[in-house]
Amino acid sequence: MSFIEILLSAFKGLTANKLRSALTLLGVMIGVASVILLLAVGNGSAQQVDSAISKLGTNTLTVRPTAAQGGSSSSGSSSTKVITRDVANQLGSAGLGHVSAVIPQVTSSLNVASSTISETAISVIGTTPGYFSVGTNTVGSGAAFTQADVTSSAKVAVIGQTIATELFPRSSALGQSISVSGTTFTVSGILSQQSSTGFTDPNSVVIAPISRVQDSFTGYGAVSTLTVLAKSSAGVTAAQGEVTIMLNQLLGVTDPTTEPFTIVNQSSLLATAATSAASFTVLLGAVAAISLLVGGIGVTNVMLVTVTERTREIGIRKALGATRGAILGQFLAEAATLTLLGGVLGVAVALIGAQFQINGTQPVILGYSIPLALGVSVAIGVFFGVYPAGRAAAMRPIQALRAV
Amino acid sequence: MTFLDSDTRPRTADGPVLKLSNVHQVYGTGDAAVHALRGIDLEVAQGDYVAIMGPSGSGKSTMMNVLGCLDVASSGTYTLAGNDVSTLDENALARIRNEQVGFIFQSFNLVPRMSAIANVELPLVYGRVGKAERRRRAQEALEMVGLGDRSEHQPQELSGGQQQRVAIARALVTSPTLVLADEPTGNLDSTSTDEILGMFDLLAEDGRTIVVITHEDHVAEQAHRVLTISDGLIVTDRTTARKARR
Repeated sequence: MSFIEILLSAFKGLTANKLRSALTLLGVMIGVASVILLLAVGNGSAQQVDSAISKLGTNTLTVRPTAAQGGSSSSGSSSTKVITRDVANQLGSAGLGHVSAVIPQVTSSLNVASSTISETAISVIGTTPGYFSVGTNTVGSGAAFTQADVTSSAKVAVIGQTIATELFPRSSALGQSISVSGTTFTVSGILSQQSSTGFTDPNSVVIAPISRVQDSFTGYGAVSTLTVLAKSSAGVTAAQGEVTIMLNQLLGVTDPTTEPFTIVNQSSLLATAATSAASFTVLLGAVAAISLLVGGIGVTNVMLVTVTERTREIGIRKALGATRGAILGQFLAEAATLTLLGGVLGVAVALIGAQFQINGTQPVILGYSIPLALGVSVAIGVFFGVYPAGRAAAMRPIQALRAV
Repeated sequence: MTFLDSDTRPRTADGPVLKLSNVHQVYGTGDAAVHALRGIDLEVAQGDYVAIMGPSGSGKSTMMNVLGCLDVASSGTYTLAGNDVSTLDENALARIRNEQVGFIFQSFNLVPRMSAIANVELPLVYGRVGKAERRRRAQEALEMVGLGDRSEHQPQELSGGQQQRVAIARALVTSPTLVLADEPTGNLDSTSTDEILGMFDLLAEDGRTIVVITHEDHVAEQAHRVLTISDGLIVTDRTTARKARR
């Protein structure tokens, strides 16, 4: 028999009990669809994390002071071990080979108000104009403040879009005055829309010259973050080394294990995130694979019933000269056809399902998952069909013919 | 109807078509052993029309299974068209059944949900005959039994007599050495019975070797030779009036 004929006759066998075949097919379909779809969800969320991190810029390093080393018996006084704006300036002007800019930031959580509306606990960032060249922190409308504004501690601010619309719901925020904990700032620019990377809204932020924020709110102590821009993405690791050595020098640290700061490399963050996303995908895939397995057991079950029901037919076929192999092939073909149909429908369901956001994640179907799922579904048909088909093939013709 | 089509003519062989010597069939072991056949010696010549009679439990079903290569005898030799089949393995037996034996069963045993022609084609499918050739021979066989216009009907759409005629077409389509019928009229009314027996007569006239297992006298009387089995042994072997007429 040709391949087409085998498929046709297998299909005919399946139509003998349409409801039963359809229900079994449903089990396989759900299994295949969930494998493809859950892998797509895992992949989609991995891509989300990837793009969020790459938006931070792959050529940046983030230096954060670690918690104060209370009462350590170090040689210098504790005040020399704090990264101040002064340290940042020295780092920036040290002429490090792989570093193009050092951008200090101080942050504070303050009340921000327009003449009519007040918002509490808004993140206020004091920084230098270089901040607006990092990642996606670009000014959408208006203008950023300048180095001159930093020098003169000008009361100007760039605000995020959420703040802009909340404080000035009816008019543009540009040029308006806002009060930050009693100090009046003029809005010079509005940030472009920032995509969320975590629990906080990156559009709910006020950015002002670092000198002004230190003057008015935080004082002249340690900065909260240094963003170091490397000259190229490839030079990030080298820049990290340079910055570590230079900072240790500037801070008088002799023992590298007591460094009062940590440096986060965006590309290492990316690698970590990619690893966790991959394990998430594997986990989802494993859950889906279990449902496919359950579908497969359903195939065994239904094929066993089919073989029992068709014992007489098997006897007739054997009397007419069907070999063991022919009977085995017939029932394997039926099981494989059943699961292949389920697989095709499952792929269709997954393709439709992937059009929708699932729990805030846009699924991205992995190209290999479709042929994989189809292949696996046929393999499941064969694997779970072997036992029932083997039982059919092993029947002795006289006993099979005697069946009612 | 004609049975003289070259494709469905039986193969010719020298000597007896069937030869059983001292065939025993024992089921079970020890005290529980059942001796279904206890030393059968039988020769059937090419073109003979034999009826095997006997009450139930006499061993005639076992005879049918052995003759049709559905089962292998415990001891003794069975030669079918010159081949000793008593030592063959399962696949070789399947091939012998496919090529040498045409079965006709009491309950017709057509495969449900398959058209008449697909049923007739089935032995050719297992004999690895090409599709076009298969279809042509199956259609010819159906025409031979007068059902050329019913080839696309499903078994459940045919009467009992018609189903049995499809089964006869299926038995003949491979031009088997032996046509083996097990109570072929047991499930039929008298009209259909006469029809089927008439068909057997034509097959016999055509020189086919036919063995019919039956417990009905009037069916047996159609044959040329009647064997009676009792307790696993052939107790009588006689030629009938019909044979004498020929």
